[in-house]
Amino acid sequence: MESLKKFLRNPMGVLGALMLLVVVCAAIFAPWLAPYDPKQRVEVTPEDILAPPDAQHLLGRDDAGKDVLSLLIYGARVSLLVGFTASFMSMFIGTTVGLVAGYYGGRIGNALMRLVDFLLVVPDLPQVLVIIAVWGRGLWKIVMVISLLGWTYTARLVRSQVLSIKERQFVLRARSIGAGSLRIIVRHVFPQVLPLIIAQAVLDISVSILYESSLAFLGLGDPTLVSWGMMLNFAFERAVSRQAWWFLLPPGLAIVWVSLALILIGNTLDEIVNPRLRTHHLFDARRMVALVAEGEAAAE
Amino acid sequence: MAILDVRNLSVDYLTDDPLAGSGRGSIALHAVENVGFRLEQGRSLGLVGESGCGKTTVMMALLRLLPQEGRIVHGQVLFDGQDLLQYSEAEMRQVRWRGISMVFQGAMNALNPVRTIESQMVEALRLHSIIEQPRAARQRAGELLQLVGIPPRRGRQYPHQYSGGMRQRAVIAMALACNPRILIADEPTTALDVMIQAQILELLEQLQAELYLSLVMVTHDLGMVAEICDDVLVMYAGMVAEYASSDAIFNNPQHPYTQRLLEAFPDVEKPGSTLASIPGSPPRLDDLPPGCRFEPRCQCQWREAICAQKVPPLVEIEPGHCVACHWARRI
Amino acid sequence: MERSNYILRKIVFSVGTLIAVLVFNFFLFRILPGDPVKLIIHSPRMTREAQERIRANFGLDKSVWFDVERLREGDVLGAFDSQFTTYMRNLLRGDLGISFATRKDVTELLAERVWRTVVLVLGGNVIAIVLGMAIGLIAAWRRGTRLDAAILLWGLFSWALPTFFLGIILLILARGHLPVGGMATPGLRPKDGLTYWLDVGKHLILPTLTMAIVYTSEYILIMRSSVMEVLTEDYILTAKAKGLSTLRVLRDHALKNAMLPMVTMIALTFGYTVGGAIQVETVFSWPGIGRLMYEAVQKRDYPVLQGSFLLLAVSVIAANLLADLLYTVLDPRVKAE
Repeated sequence: MESLKKFLRNPMGVLGALMLLVVVCAAIFAPWLAPYDPKQRVEVTPEDILAPPDAQHLLGRDDAGKDVLSLLIYGARVSLLVGFTASFMSMFIGTTVGLVAGYYGGRIGNALMRLVDFLLVVPDLPQVLVIIAVWGRGLWKIVMVISLLGWTYTARLVRSQVLSIKERQFVLRARSIGAGSLRIIVRHVFPQVLPLIIAQAVLDISVSILYESSLAFLGLGDPTLVSWGMMLNFAFERAVSRQAWWFLLPPGLAIVWVSLALILIGNTLDEIVNPRLRTHHLFDARRMVALVAEGEAAAE
Repeated sequence: MAILDVRNLSVDYLTDDPLAGSGRGSIALHAVENVGFRLEQGRSLGLVGESGCGKTTVMMALLRLLPQEGRIVHGQVLFDGQDLLQYSEAEMRQVRWRGISMVFQGAMNALNPVRTIESQMVEALRLHSIIEQPRAARQRAGELLQLVGIPPRRGRQYPHQYSGGMRQRAVIAMALACNPRILIADEPTTALDVMIQAQILELLEQLQAELYLSLVMVTHDLGMVAEICDDVLVMYAGMVAEYASSDAIFNNPQHPYTQRLLEAFPDVEKPGSTLASIPGSPPRLDDLPPGCRFEPRCQCQWREAICAQKVPPLVEIEPGHCVACHWARRI
Repeated sequence: MERSNYILRKIVFSVGTLIAVLVFNFFLFRILPGDPVKLIIHSPRMTREAQERIRANFGLDKSVWFDVERLREGDVLGAFDSQFTTYMRNLLRGDLGISFATRKDVTELLAERVWRTVVLVLGGNVIAIVLGMAIGLIAAWRRGTRLDAAILLWGLFSWALPTFFLGIILLILARGHLPVGGMATPGLRPKDGLTYWLDVGKHLILPTLTMAIVYTSEYILIMRSSVMEVLTEDYILTAKAKGLSTLRVLRDHALKNAMLPMVTMIALTFGYTVGGAIQVETVFSWPGIGRLMYEAVQKRDYPVLQGSFLLLAVSVIAANLLADLLYTVLDPRVKAE
């Protein structure tokens, strides 16, 4: 496809894709890549607690004596799972709302947009914090809450796109031959909106991952799973004073790695889908006059 | 002496070659080639041609306001005897608005929406030291607005509070603020309704007479040209097709393109006759023919092989009348 | 007139949002299974007195929303005497209940800590806004150059960096050079005077720095795209044609137009900075509202949690309203809607 070639020509996009690939492989091939199984009970001696890196444990051990590297690799699963599911759900909600609000407009449209404005104003992290604190911890609860608060950007984006598409020729033609609204939306409007949604979805995944890590760091992660945020929660409480940087840094760096990968991809996709003018009026005009000698000018 | 003497002006646009693949070579599109004209103080020139023929490019090149990809590769722009192409950017800033000012295409958006009309005019006045004192400058801004038929007290309003026609007039007033020698108007009446169009034209004519202003009108509307232009420069695909006085162009067009243009214009003496249009379209800049650029669409009876092979030179067939056509001069 | 109409609509919307938030959070704390209030009432650690206070405060003998029984009896006013109305009434009186963990008045707790968060958030934001706008402007102006690419990359990178992790990194780096926890060096007396406040100031450096770094990049990206859009507009070309130098065009034409959308964006970002404050205060043990919320979560201290959330929500809603109103003053186009 045309877009794929454009994507591959962008160094940022390619870098992001490769970085993401690393994480995805870690998640999928965790059982083979990780030297130890984090779920296995280990016999630990006091020296093993927060032990620094050595030959058997490349990233040392955590506050319970477990291998940090294995935890790190398995942690990829949680992050990607949360990221993709939350993003998918909020994309779904956001797109539906955006399509309805944009296409039907009127009172429904206005009401939906008021809802969007309302959700945008309420401070996100505090609200999520309160909900999880009261409702209880759990991966799916986190996914649900993140997606229920995160669909607003997509809704706005989709709606404004639908508004501009609505008046275009092919839609008017479809309506004039009596095509039903739903059919028009699905067959004509949606395909135009899809590229934008995909670009936004990728960015959304990184937002979801960052949210989950923040929640986990603050003590609200799923207690049955070990995510990078949770590792940082334990590390912060116990490893800082002991200067056990091998437990403290890798999970954070992993979060940055995957977020950055997604942001680079998302940004590149956004530039392809939403090409913006690459120049403006205030450039350095010194090269404008480039007089060529008599003979050469006529040659071409 | 001519206030403006443009000689052999050529402008290229650099583009990223989409076919280059991995190579990042850019190709130069020859948007304007070898364009020249003279403008005397107090006279008006109409620059005519289809969209994309390069007329706006020529004008922008005069003030060095081309987009980032533009390159002036050849020529001289003698303004009052001085070659502007030799000026530095700082020197150009002195010439802009003060010597030559411009009313852009779609001028209705040329005003900053969050500043009052008055403040934008005062800015021009104070920048070029026409009037330094703020109060006196505001006074003068009011006078200028009055000149174009806008009540001075409306100067304190914002652009969105003006109608399209008013905004156009305000832009013209602003362009005259520094008493320029030359005013370039690029499609000054497009997107305005007919009544307003007539008003604007009348205004320009009036100003030209009152202020002894030299006017350059870039347009595709021959009617406008017939009304107020003394001379006409017809451009096609970046090159000059014909250059003569308005009378000569309308009564004795020599270039086949000019002739077709005139034919395409509705004749009030022959209502009901079908409008003639010129079949085909101008050549793409990345695919220019080696010979006369109008040749593929030319239906002149004297067409021959040479037309497709060699670019016709611009020749003065009678005093003050130049044509670029292999056959025009033979008549 | 159109403008006052617009202002009125905005105020109504803000009030509506606030009420919706109140209702939702009330619902959250009462309806969900494992009603924490009821649980705490039966906790053996509660004194009789405290139990009575809580009971009265929350109106636990009353129905939650609406008393249908009383309505049937014809007591319309009485029907509205429910837990919800009790809650609203208390709110209007400034009574946010008592902390489960410390038995102190929630309002009191919030009042003594609020300025600490305000200083942090304001300090961080002011730096971030000023720096962000300046750098964003430069990046947009130098569009296409390596400087712009570098700034963009930095912006994207900071975006990917979780606030709390940046805090941790700074904490590790600054260890030994700058105070890394708490508000003041323990044991420093007296709790007043220059020495004390300078000490507090020192403790404020790292948290503020963290906030500033994270949010500067946010503002850089926003300002950059806003300026880029402005610089492609026709009036910029006109300004250039007038003979204005690039710097003057930027200052007299581009800046104001680019800053208008910034006003609304700053207000929206403010909501995020509040979330960032929670993380920063936790990492640096800065005893503000954010840290209070964190501790409340740990200790299941629901009144405190609810109260602090309310405070934060009100501030953010108010800030957004303020920004909207400010926008009407700044943008002349709003006058004629």
